[in-house]
Order: sequence, then structure tokens, then C-alpha cells
Amino acid sequence: MTLPRFDLSRPMIGAVVAILAVMIVLPVGWLVVYAFSDKAGNPTLANFVTLFTDPSFEDPLITTLIIAFSTSAICCVVAAPLGWLVARTDMPLARTFRVLVMASLVTPPFVGAIAWEMLAAPNSGLLNQIWRTVTGAPADEALFDIYTLTGLIFTIVCYTFPYVFILVANALDRMPGELEDASSMLGAGTWATARRITIPLALPTLLAGALIAFLQALNIFGSPAILAIPAGFHTLTTKIWSLFEFPPKPELAAATALPLLVLTVALLRAQSLVLGRRSYAVLGGKYGAPRLIRLGSLRIPAALLAMALLSLPLFLPYAALFNTAFSPISSEFVTPATFTLRNVFFTFGQLSSTMPALVNTLELATLSATVCGLLALLVSYIVARRAVRGWPVLNFLATAPLAIPGIVLGVGLFLAYTRPPLTLYGTIWILLIAFVTIELPAAYQQFRSAFHAVHPELEEAGRMLGATRVRTLWNITGPLLRASIVATWCFVFVGVIRELSAAVILFTSETKVVAVLIFDLKESGDVGAIAVLSLTIVVITAFVLALANRLGSGRDAVRLRTLA
Amino acid sequence: MGRRAALSSLALLPLGARVVSAMPAAEAITPALVEAAKKEGKVSYYNAMDLSVVEPMAKAFETKFPGIKVAVERSGAERVFSRIAQEMASKIYRADVVNSSDAAHFIAWKKEGWLAPFVSEDVAKDVPADMIDPDGLYCTQRIHLSAIAYNTRLLGAADAPKGYMDLLDPKYSGKMVKAHPGYSGTIMTATQQISRELGWSYFEKLSKQKVLQVQSATEPPKRIEAGERAIAVEGSDYLFWMSKERGQPIEVVLPVEGTPQVSNPMGIFKSTQNPNAAKLLVSWIMSPEGQQFIVDLSGQYPANKQVKQKQGRPTLSSIKLFREEPAVVAEKADQIKAQYAKYFKV
Repeated sequence: MTLPRFDLSRPMIGAVVAILAVMIVLPVGWLVVYAFSDKAGNPTLANFVTLFTDPSFEDPLITTLIIAFSTSAICCVVAAPLGWLVARTDMPLARTFRVLVMASLVTPPFVGAIAWEMLAAPNSGLLNQIWRTVTGAPADEALFDIYTLTGLIFTIVCYTFPYVFILVANALDRMPGELEDASSMLGAGTWATARRITIPLALPTLLAGALIAFLQALNIFGSPAILAIPAGFHTLTTKIWSLFEFPPKPELAAATALPLLVLTVALLRAQSLVLGRRSYAVLGGKYGAPRLIRLGSLRIPAALLAMALLSLPLFLPYAALFNTAFSPISSEFVTPATFTLRNVFFTFGQLSSTMPALVNTLELATLSATVCGLLALLVSYIVARRAVRGWPVLNFLATAPLAIPGIVLGVGLFLAYTRPPLTLYGTIWILLIAFVTIELPAAYQQFRSAFHAVHPELEEAGRMLGATRVRTLWNITGPLLRASIVATWCFVFVGVIRELSAAVILFTSETKVVAVLIFDLKESGDVGAIAVLSLTIVVITAFVLALANRLGSGRDAVRLRTLA
Repeated sequence: MGRRAALSSLALLPLGARVVSAMPAAEAITPALVEAAKKEGKVSYYNAMDLSVVEPMAKAFETKFPGIKVAVERSGAERVFSRIAQEMASKIYRADVVNSSDAAHFIAWKKEGWLAPFVSEDVAKDVPADMIDPDGLYCTQRIHLSAIAYNTRLLGAADAPKGYMDLLDPKYSGKMVKAHPGYSGTIMTATQQISRELGWSYFEKLSKQKVLQVQSATEPPKRIEAGERAIAVEGSDYLFWMSKERGQPIEVVLPVEGTPQVSNPMGIFKSTQNPNAAKLLVSWIMSPEGQQFIVDLSGQYPANKQVKQKQGRPTLSSIKLFREEPAVVAEKADQIKAQYAKYFKV
């Protein structure tokens, strides 16, 4: 049977452009309108006057900058040597280490912050208790105090340095070994080669990493909400969130969100100006595998150091979560005698929000991953094949959400969809839009690089044989990209489960997700249930990832690209 | 004009001149109501009680009336208040039964016209008249207190504070945990009473004591139990007692200056999609059985006269209580939050 042959691609491309435009222009537009309006809707600059003169706004601004700069610096100092150890030396367990770093990224940062409270609250913190027992220090002395600016920065670093590490390690993997070989053949020693060749080549990546860390710390909501408020200070994100308390001040919230947006856009722009050209230098062509530097007697200490660093985002927090989940009181070390399933029974037998929140979360994660994947696939296809004249606009729109912090997007979407024509607030659709928007740039980048590996000739063959563009995409390009599709799907899925900052603004009682439920439980101090829920979502995530990985035959996008 | 002023001007009128009152006729739990409620099959319950009390209570209701699911929506009363305002503004009518630890909220909701009149048989019969809204829109469900408490492992009885002013002693600096009036209705209610009795200067000085600032009035009990801080400046008294009764090293202090009292009214929203299930839930909670459940589990003070307070807890009449002024809270809540944020920075 032959269907009337109609090339669906035109309306489809039109729809994609429209969707992207609405997704980004609508919330940002309303944000700007609100920031320059008073309560009655008249134009004013008063919100910005408040923002820059009222100390209750100035202090969070300064605090936020301090956090962002220090996080960025510390992440680089920690991640760069670590990346080098893993990628360029014969340190044992390097592969395991990489897998574990990925695992640490599955942990939502706010769960990490709560776990670090269990570990390093000055009196009840498990580490402080151990320290007091070992040293015999008096009851009110503490080794760590997590409720401080330093404590907050530490926790943010724990869940940010893995990103920088991955960037650096990947860049070092791809770095041409020949250049280093040449250097040493010309008589330079190991360290001179490192200084003259390896470091300069890695520098652009490191700067990119510094920027990512800066932006993460600038825009993070969960960790400061959990650690800064008890310590008596705000960051910009928690301040924005507090403006939604009754009576809500959306105008001020919008005005507070704008500097975050402007700063993020400016930094990304600066990055592309400074690094845009250089970062491709090591990407072109194929080179020999880099040589591994022999650490000799330092092999074991290096591995120990790496694992010690990993204990900060991974081993210690999970130990604390397990302890709390099965302990009657979070500050007591669980023993066979005190082991209890009370928290588990409470979470799954009594807490009536558990199941709805889990269902909402998994539904949203699946939907978002699918929708976002499809959208990113289409956009990257159009851009990669330059299928329409306006493709640079699409490229811009698909990357733009990178510059919109989660909480800012939350505020923007809230303003855009609490009014006709699309009153989506209160439905899961507004959350879906938020998650798809947030995850789109990463998904798009994945596919863009994947498309470079698929030869257009294959598609052209399909087209010449009479298939429509859509059919070609479905029958030829899609299967070739299977590994990338699965990887992207997983990536978005995990991202949605971790997301709190937009959800905390956009949820209503019926559309609560697990992240918000955990946050609610945090505010009433129900840490037992938090521990059980956190472990549950991590187990579910791990299960989904394992399943997806099996479907994608375990090959990730990066490997596919190097094979081609 | 605040509610108190309105009441006093009404009091000046000769009795007969007042319209008999808009109090609706009391309704009993009839088989027809139960049947209709089961048909609806669900009811949402917005409240600010600790989850360890409200979730078992909801389960007890579900066991008694199988086929009706209670969606417990718990947060701080002030948080619940903003969420409801936001949902109503967006025409999301999900709140069925609402219960707050900030009685001022019911003044605001009544003014908005959001509440449905409903008086259950038990309320009409056994709840003191001054706990029921004259128009039957809401009724006090239970009373609790905001008390000071400390962990006896970290603080000897001799060193323990006796009242609020003692907490300003530098020796307690860094040893206290406190909840937030912008989140918790209990704390909002208490903050208004304490600032009236002791002045805002008390809070100004307290804010210099390196207090650990948590949100819910239900968290300080958990924090001192965990030994994170020795003293809870305030918190829901029933949780301190429950902790102590579980054998934890907790001692409750009723401040010498006076103890803030917190009434917890409950009402039904007019926009409810489950009106019968809502009536059934309210009726059951206010019945001797529901009230006994709350008392047995938590020892909060019941509104229903048929139910006796929990053994071993001080009687309300034996405690020097601060007077509640919901009308003043209704009027000044934003000011109180702003003033508080000025001292405590969050």
C-alpha cells in the first residue's frame, strides 16, 4: 500500500522552531516584563533599586559570588590533578575510579548536602562524634561545622568537581600522544613535557571546567537551602525562593533572577570568545593513544588519594544515608541491636505522599527523557544537515537554556503559565516543559557530536531511493545513532530526578516530585524518611541506567564517535 | 477592623438585636454520608501536624472507612497558607479539609469567602462555643503549646534555662536551635505572643546567640533528640513529650514568663471536589474516637470535652499561658516576618 507521499519535514521543522521559541522566549520574556513592573503592572525600576540598595539583597549577592569563585577555584585544583592521574598515569583502579565518579553524579546535590549534615553537623555529625571519641575532645567541640559558608562551599564542591574531572580526563584522553612523544624525544623530561605540552593543551578544558563549576555554584539551590538558612544567611537562589513566601513578590523575584541570567549569559559568551577556537585544536584527526606516565612507588598513594577524594561525594554520604535509614535516631551509629526498619515502614507504609511522588517523578523523568531526546534529535539533525536556512537560530535556541539557571527558569515558567492562554501551573506539563528546557542543551550537544559520525551519504541514498526525510531519519539515521539515543535518554532521566530548583517553584500538591518531597521532609526534620527515599531513587536510577545501557549495548556516544 | 474589634462591638448590642447567627444545623455521620464519601473515594487534608501523628491518624480514618484515601499534605502552616493562596489564584481546587497551627489563617480564608459552613454533631454537642466560628466555618481541632526543651545528656538540670530571658545568657550561645515564623504557624503564633509580652528586643538579643535556624516547629524536638543542640528555644510541645516518653533524654521547660498557646482550627474549603469525604473526615476527627486517637498518640489537648487529656501531661489550667490573638496575627503577620528577618537574617 502506498500512502500519498508528503514530506512531513517542513511542518515538522516549523513546529520545532515554534516549540523552541515558545519554550525559551515565553518564560524569559515574562521574567523581564515582571522585573521592570510594579505590583500594579506599571513600568518601574524600583525592583532593581531594592535589589542593589537593600542589604537583605546585597549580602546574598556577595555571598553567592564568594561561593561561585571559591567553588570554581577549588574544583580546578582538585579535579585537574585527579583527571591527570586517571587519564595519563598508570595509577591502579583508574577505570573503577571513572565509573565511581559517574555514580557520584547520580546523587542529587541536595541529598548530598543532607547527608553531609548527618556527617558534619557540629554536635550530632557522625564524623565529629568519631573525632571526639578518638581525641577525647569535650562535648561541644567540633572538628567540622557544616553550617558555615566554608561548609556550604565544601558541599557544593563535592558535587561539582566530578564534572570538571570528567571534562579534564576526557580532554586528556583525546590529547595527541605524539606531541608529548616529540617533546620527550627532543630531550625534555617528564615534568618539562607536562609543563610545556600537556598543561597548555589541557588549559582550555580546565577553563571550561572552571566556568561550569562557577555556573553550577552560582545557580545551585538545594545545598544552600539546606545549609545556609540554618546558618543564618541567604544566597541569591534561596533569596529568590523566599520571595515566593506569602505574600509572594514575583516582581522582586524576577528582578533578583535577572542578574543571575545576565551573568550566566555573559560568562558563556566570554568562554566562547576566549576558547571557541582553541578547544578544537586537539579534537581534529586521529592520534595515537597517549603514553601513560609511570608513577612508580607513588602508584598506591595516588590511588588512595583518589579514593579518599571520592569518599567525599560518594562513600561517606552513602554511609551516612544508610546509617540514618536504619537507625532510630540519625545521630546514632546503627548497631545490630538498634537496627530498625521503622523508617522504611514509615516511608512506604504511612507517608501518603511517597507513592504519588515516586510515580510523578518516574513519569516525568521518562516523559522528559523521551520528549527531550526527540526534540534534541530533530534539532541536531536539522542543524547538522543544515536542512533549513535558519539553522543557526535553532542552534542558538537549543543551546540557550544552558544560560538559564533552574530557579530562574522556574520563576519565568511560573509567570508565563499561571495565566491564559496556557494555564499549565498545577499540571505535570509545566514541570515537563521545565525539565525538557533544562536538559535540552546537553541532549542537543550529545546528538550534535553523534551526527558528525554519521555520513550524510547514507541518508542521501535513502532520499534518492524515494524515502521522505522523516522516513530516512527513522530507518537509517536513527538506528545508527542508537547508542547516542540511549545515552542521552539516560542522561536526561538522571537529570530530571536530580532537579529541584525549578520544581520547587512549579510543583503543586498534586504534582509533587520526590526531590520536592525530600525538601519538604527536610524542612520538618524527618531525616529518616529522607534517607529511605534518597536511597530508593538512587536504586531506581541505577536500575533504569543499567537497563538502558543493556538496550544501548553498552556503547556510549563518545566511543561511537572514535570508532567512526 | 480586626476580628476582636468586631466581636467587642457586637457585644455592645442588645442580645435580641443580633441576628440569631449563621450557625448551620449540626450534621451527624449518617450511612448516607459515608456512602457518598466512599463514592468520592478520596479527600485531601492540608495540615501542619508532625507526620508521625498525622499519617497514622489518616491511616486510622482509612481503616475505619475503607475505600476513602486521605492525601495528607503536610508542611509548615505558613507554607501551607502560601501554597493554598497560590493554588486558589490559579483555580486549582485541591484543598478539601484544611487545618492550620496559625488560627489567623482562618480569619483570612473567611474574609476571602473560601470556607464552607459545616458543624458536625459532636462539635455542636461537645466543643466549647468559643472554639467554634460563629458562622460554623471552622472549629478548633486541638490545642498544643510552644515550649522550651533541652537534652539532659548535654545539659544538667541545674544549668537548664527557666524561661525566655535565661536563654539570652552568653553561656547558651551556640547551643540552641529555633524554628522560623515564616514557615511554621506554631512559631508565628508564638512569636506574636512573645514579642507582645517581652518586646522585640528579646528576639534581637536572641539573634546574637548563634542560634541554629531550622524551619518547622517539629524540627527542634528532632534536633535536640539527635544531640545537635542542647536547647530548643521553642517547638511543638507534644513532640518533646513524645520523645521523652520514648525514653529519650529530653526535659520540657514551660517558661516562667508564660507559654504560648497554639489553637489549631480546621475547616472545609467551599471549592472542595470531595464535599462528603471532607465532612466525614472532619466529623471523625472531631468525634470522641478521632480526638482520642490524637490524644493517645501525641497528647495534644483535645477540643472535644468528652475526651480527657493525656495522663502525665500538665493541665492547661495549671500553666501560665500567653493569650492568643489570631486577629492581631492576621493583621501583622507580614510585619512579624519582616521584623524577624531583620534580626535573624533569614
